Amino acid sequence: MTTVFGIPAQALFGQLLIGLINGSFYAILSLGLAVIFGLLNIINFTHGAQYMMGAFAAWFLLQYTGLGYWWALLIAPVVVGLIGIALERTMLKRLYQLDHLYGLLLTFGLALIIQGLFRNHFGSSGLPYRIPAELTGAQNLGFMTLPNYRAWVIVFSLVVCLGTWWVIERTKLGAYLRAATENPTLVRAFGVNVPRMITLTYGFGVGLAALAGVLAAPIYQVNPLMGADLIIVVFAVVVIGGMGSIMGSIVTGFGVGVIEGLTKVFYPEASNTVIFVIMAIVLLVKPAGLFGRAQ
Amino acid sequence: MATDYAEASALPVASGALRHQYVAFALMVAFFVLAPFVVYPLFLMKALCFALFACAFNLLIGYVGLLSFGHAAFLGSAGYVTAHAAKVWGWPPELAILGGTAAAATLGLVVGGLAIRRQGIYFAMVTLALAQMIYFFCLQAPFTHGEDGIQAVPRGTLLGLFDLRQTLTLYFVVLAIFLGGFLLIYRTIYSPFGQVLKAIRENEPRAISLGYKADQYKLIAFVLSATLSGLAGGTKAIVFQLASLTDVHWTMSGEVVLMTLLGGLGTVFGPVAGALVVIALENYLAQLGAWVTVVQGAIFVVCVLTFRRGLVGELARMLKKPL
Repeated sequence: MTTVFGIPAQALFGQLLIGLINGSFYAILSLGLAVIFGLLNIINFTHGAQYMMGAFAAWFLLQYTGLGYWWALLIAPVVVGLIGIALERTMLKRLYQLDHLYGLLLTFGLALIIQGLFRNHFGSSGLPYRIPAELTGAQNLGFMTLPNYRAWVIVFSLVVCLGTWWVIERTKLGAYLRAATENPTLVRAFGVNVPRMITLTYGFGVGLAALAGVLAAPIYQVNPLMGADLIIVVFAVVVIGGMGSIMGSIVTGFGVGVIEGLTKVFYPEASNTVIFVIMAIVLLVKPAGLFGRAQ
Repeated sequence: MATDYAEASALPVASGALRHQYVAFALMVAFFVLAPFVVYPLFLMKALCFALFACAFNLLIGYVGLLSFGHAAFLGSAGYVTAHAAKVWGWPPELAILGGTAAAATLGLVVGGLAIRRQGIYFAMVTLALAQMIYFFCLQAPFTHGEDGIQAVPRGTLLGLFDLRQTLTLYFVVLAIFLGGFLLIYRTIYSPFGQVLKAIRENEPRAISLGYKADQYKLIAFVLSATLSGLAGGTKAIVFQLASLTDVHWTMSGEVVLMTLLGGLGTVFGPVAGALVVIALENYLAQLGAWVTVVQGAIFVVCVLTFRRGLVGELARMLKKPL
């Protein structure tokens, strides 16, 4: 058996793969948080619950309408995004004039409600969701076997992240968005409907979370609390990367995922805490975050 | 940071304006002295521990404008240290509680030192993340006994004089600890130090330009808050003879935010009222399982959207006096 630094290659690459998978979710979720924070100045604590709702939407679609994975990938983000838009229109928009902390408290409360309701109905044990038939099986790469579905998640997440980056950094719509982040009043004076843009941005960020939920459904079980602890890790990722740059969120998400995976190989006891340790070090060395702008 | 909890905490100008706070304090003491003869004392002791915890938390959010989303770390780890000291090392309760409190203070120095490097929303995320790290540590460390927690912690004899196995004796010791912490916070708020904290909350750059080292003030306030949270946690471990993962989990951090928000951010008596209501509610709803979470979430939403002054804040507005 081949070994790398005294570790069996199979185990090393296996954990690296899991790290990349987790990194995909960190990247998509922190990207959504960053986009929402940029325009709304609210840290969306409901993000983890919305990720969970995405996974449940996929499960519901299969269970009650027979629509499979590919439809879920399309429908779940739209449905959950629309629910997000309803939340923004009815609640979040009342808070824009207040201290940012109230947004955090409101979305925390919403997360408690959503997770509590799902837990009442489905209990704490997970529901299984099958890998779509087209993506079952695995490739033998010689040094490891790569399950097709996992490869798909990594590639698809990268496409989604880079697509989002392209829209925000390279298109006219993205230019409006960036301008509104810098100075909403001035952008409004130019005749752009900023409140509508804010609503759609929130819907988009929430949709990204739901998309991550659908991707996660076949890997982890569909569980009411699947997003509850994940959101805290994503917060740490956001602090490490800083929310100033879209590309920064993507790179940090994947990078942190890989480091976490490698820790599982070399020092498994620390695999739960390594992300927080990285966060502490970044705070000491570069408080604004790796890609953040100093305030 | 212009917030609408500012008005409730304005400095009482004349000594006459303080008189009604003394009245309110006397009423609170009278309530807690008489209550154990009517209400189940264990419930009241739980409420007192959480009231102290919420008051300590409120010192940060209400008077420095810092939202810590990781205060459970201080409550829980102090509980573990106290329980371990009392059970395994056989320390008397007063030393065990002091040990727990000191541990929380040390932890507060480390967490606070890191967290104050960022402001506002980031501060909340950093404290939450560091508290999660401490949670994982408590989950894995051998002396905490993981999911079981430290059980059957002996209550012992306080100072060799008071037998804490007597429920009423224990109750009045807990009440004394709570009142001590409460008065320390009260004194801090109305001290020159507290005035500087409020100045930092209102306008940090200006406070710095006036020559105050804002970071030092914030750190001292953070350590004080962590210490008192630890005092609450250590006392709670002796009262319930248990230290468990519940007290370090982020849901506990959320709960103390809820108590303070419901009672009134930046009010002196708000956290006490909030803690009483939330603990009573949990007792009442305990058999409903996950509905407790839903109800808590709903209170959050209602408070943030329509009731930002909280119970005591609204009362203070009606009486036109800071409480």
